[in-house]
Amino acid sequence: MSGQNKHAHTIVGPRVYVAILFALLLGTALTVWASYVDLGFWNPIIALAIATGKAMLVVLFFMHVWYSTKLTKLTVVAGVFTFMILISMTLTDYISRAWGSW
Amino acid sequence: MSAGTIVTLPDQSTARIPKMNFLTKENGLLSWLLTGDHKRIATLYLISITFFFFIGGALAGLIRLELLTPQTSLMAADTYNKVFTMHGIIMIFFFLVPSVPATLGNFFIPMMIGAKDLALPKINLLSWYLYMAGGLLALYTMMIGGVDTGWTFTTPLSTHYVNTNVLTTGLAVFIAGFSSILTGLNFIVTIHKMRAPGMTWFRLPLFIWAHYAASILMVLATPVVAIAIVLVALERTLGIGVFDPTKGGDPLLFQHLFWFYSHPAVYIMILPGMGVISEVISTFSRKRVFGYTAVAFSSVAIAVFGFFVWAHHMFIMGISNYAVLVFSLLTMLVAVPSAIKIFNWTFTLYKGSITFETPMLYAFGFMGLFTIGGMTGVFLGSSGTDIHLTETYFIVAHFHFVMVGGMLMAFLAGIHFWWPKMTGRMYPEKISQLAAVVTFIGFNLTFFPQFILGMLGMPRRYASYPPEFQILNVFSTAGATILGVGYLLPVLYLIWSLKYGAIAGDNPWQATGLEWQTQSPPLTENFAVMPVMDHEAYDYEWLEKQQKEQGVASAE
Amino acid sequence: MQNSQIHAANSAPLAHEEHPSYLRHHFNSTEQQADAAGFAMWLFLLTEVMFFGGLFTAYLVYRNWYYPAFVSGSHQLNVVWGTTNTAVLILSSFTMAMGVWCAQTRRRRGLVLCLALTFFLGLVFLGIKTVEYREKIEKHHVPGFHYSLQSFLDPQSDPEVYKEYHDKALVPDMARHTELYFSLYFLMTGMHALHMIIGIGILGFMILRARAGAYTAGHETFVVNFGLYWHFIDIIWIYLFALLYLISRH
Repeated sequence: MSGQNKHAHTIVGPRVYVAILFALLLGTALTVWASYVDLGFWNPIIALAIATGKAMLVVLFFMHVWYSTKLTKLTVVAGVFTFMILISMTLTDYISRAWGSW
Repeated sequence: MSAGTIVTLPDQSTARIPKMNFLTKENGLLSWLLTGDHKRIATLYLISITFFFFIGGALAGLIRLELLTPQTSLMAADTYNKVFTMHGIIMIFFFLVPSVPATLGNFFIPMMIGAKDLALPKINLLSWYLYMAGGLLALYTMMIGGVDTGWTFTTPLSTHYVNTNVLTTGLAVFIAGFSSILTGLNFIVTIHKMRAPGMTWFRLPLFIWAHYAASILMVLATPVVAIAIVLVALERTLGIGVFDPTKGGDPLLFQHLFWFYSHPAVYIMILPGMGVISEVISTFSRKRVFGYTAVAFSSVAIAVFGFFVWAHHMFIMGISNYAVLVFSLLTMLVAVPSAIKIFNWTFTLYKGSITFETPMLYAFGFMGLFTIGGMTGVFLGSSGTDIHLTETYFIVAHFHFVMVGGMLMAFLAGIHFWWPKMTGRMYPEKISQLAAVVTFIGFNLTFFPQFILGMLGMPRRYASYPPEFQILNVFSTAGATILGVGYLLPVLYLIWSLKYGAIAGDNPWQATGLEWQTQSPPLTENFAVMPVMDHEAYDYEWLEKQQKEQGVASAE
Repeated sequence: MQNSQIHAANSAPLAHEEHPSYLRHHFNSTEQQADAAGFAMWLFLLTEVMFFGGLFTAYLVYRNWYYPAFVSGSHQLNVVWGTTNTAVLILSSFTMAMGVWCAQTRRRRGLVLCLALTFFLGLVFLGIKTVEYREKIEKHHVPGFHYSLQSFLDPQSDPEVYKEYHDKALVPDMARHTELYFSLYFLMTGMHALHMIIGIGILGFMILRARAGAYTAGHETFVVNFGLYWHFIDIIWIYLFALLYLISRH
């Protein structure tokens, strides 16, 4: 509502940013290292998990979502959700095509 | 209030259009072309959308004329392909998608929630310019030879086999898509951040809920068709192979991406229309919409379910049987929120004081035709019957019942309903009631025979057909002629009413929305004093009380 | 006009405090204005997610169909360049975040420095990307332009890559599909680079405005929202790096 939700905008300071920077660089090193190790089935999953972890750090702290309103959090979730619909519902077709007809 | 009508007009001998309003605030072409006022942008949209509607309509006329006879008599088959393609592209991307949101939504969303403007006025203007750029590019394409892929740009036809102007048409749709994204984005921000004090979510008119749901679809679905079109363009020019089977690509992937937008797009088209119908039904039966919360959430449910059903356009295209099963089941779900709306509107009518002004006639038309259109959609969503019915005239009839019988009726209902507010003058009631009836008759005569044609197996998108189908096609063409008259009439009498219509006053319908509690046409800032919402939506008792108090005040 | 009286009795008290010059007429407070702009930016980023979403879907489908081709294709990418670029972009995200902090705490010189660093790091990223692209052009790995299968049919003809991964030769039918890998590589990184170029252009404009003190007088919305855009580009790259470079390096 207009001008009535006077939530204070938290200012995130350099300490948090430096910590996140190092976490991200560490994550990058980790994901490169993991790709050189043969984990078979788990390779892509670990790569994506690390990437998602890094992305979450960026979203939560660099983009301030951790400190934001529920609306902003919901917006981010809505984006991820719709993206997952696109991927998963498309894959229902591609995965089951190989099963042939019944 | 005389029997049979709720129209309450001011004394015509003394009433005047307020001198200061959004139309008279500034003069000159530039004051329109550089305006930030949502009402002026809505007016620009209204004019341009009507222009594109009549171009699309003329193309429809050509299609019906060609189909009058079984042979290809009026035009060559490939010309016919171009005509139905351009009809689809113009009607869908340049009329149906922006029709209600960009005109009525643009005009009334800020007014209904008690705001001075949309949150992003410059973005609003930009979206009109993008719309015009896209529209003119589409017209230019038509001039230089058109395109014949059908409005769906299906690969590999569009990427490998046609020699027509796929690229410019694609670019036109791409640009129009951005216009639609910006409109939707603007609406969501406005509805969240610009509401007047006291205007809680469950006091919002259902028109706002419907637009909110449609805007979510515009923002989240449109980018996917944008990237699909970019991929088609790159496939055509550079041969990147993403949709090219000879390089290992999958043409069906295009359809997945395309329908991920284009199925929700039909909800982008219909949801704002449903919002209009909620307002009209409530006003002309003098009752709060039955099951307000259910109707509000059914809009959101339609938007959410809309993302899960797109592959029902691809049942016979070669997707896996298992996916067909899943998508067929999910498709049935959409029928539920649509039915909630229809039933709740019907219950709103129950024991209401119904009057039959033009918007109400169109709303009745909507309810009947949309129900037929929606139910036949269930036939097409059932994977078994779809095999027989898809790519026939059944699907053409289904789509036109929903879009023309549904959306266009809602658009006309809305235009008539808010015309007094937009212009300060009433439309002539008798002739417009006639036009509504003519439209209804013409519509049914045009599209009902097409259901039968489809059941009999007449395929769509052909210029010629076996002679035994001719009689039904003649009906259809005759109906289209009547329908054309039905659409031409409003243009004529609405323009006439700009000068000669009765002065409407602030609230001719005795409606409850905030937009009716200010002058007509409104001020540039919409309200002289910032409104406060202190009652529920559709609260007719509140309105009576206000008017009584005001009567007392003016008598003193 | 008659109805304006309806609300005169119960209308909200209009704010009487002095309005800053950047408050636009249709907003009631600067807070509402900043909130609306920030929310609009997030919604715009949602459209970007879905825009890239189409490409990610295509990637996922073809990667599962033609996995060996995607592995061999990814071996043509240089991990050192890729990792360096990832670090450069993360660093630029950090400087951008610091820039936002400077704007919020009204440090004009700090802001200009941070924006300039971000600008510079963005250019470094694009420079490295150019080096990588040039290598692809030299090896004829650009789809549609005399695409060459040699590196995949006869891996030993490409000694630099071969000595590191010892890829087996792909059968011709699978080798053909490396073209699809490179299509997606150029599409995704190209679309990403396009966003970078737009971002760098806006950064240049912002540096000029920041030097004049435009963002350090309480109206930092533009910097904050641009920051969101820049971090979003970073996130896309984080995924592209994992998906395009690191498919399988062992």
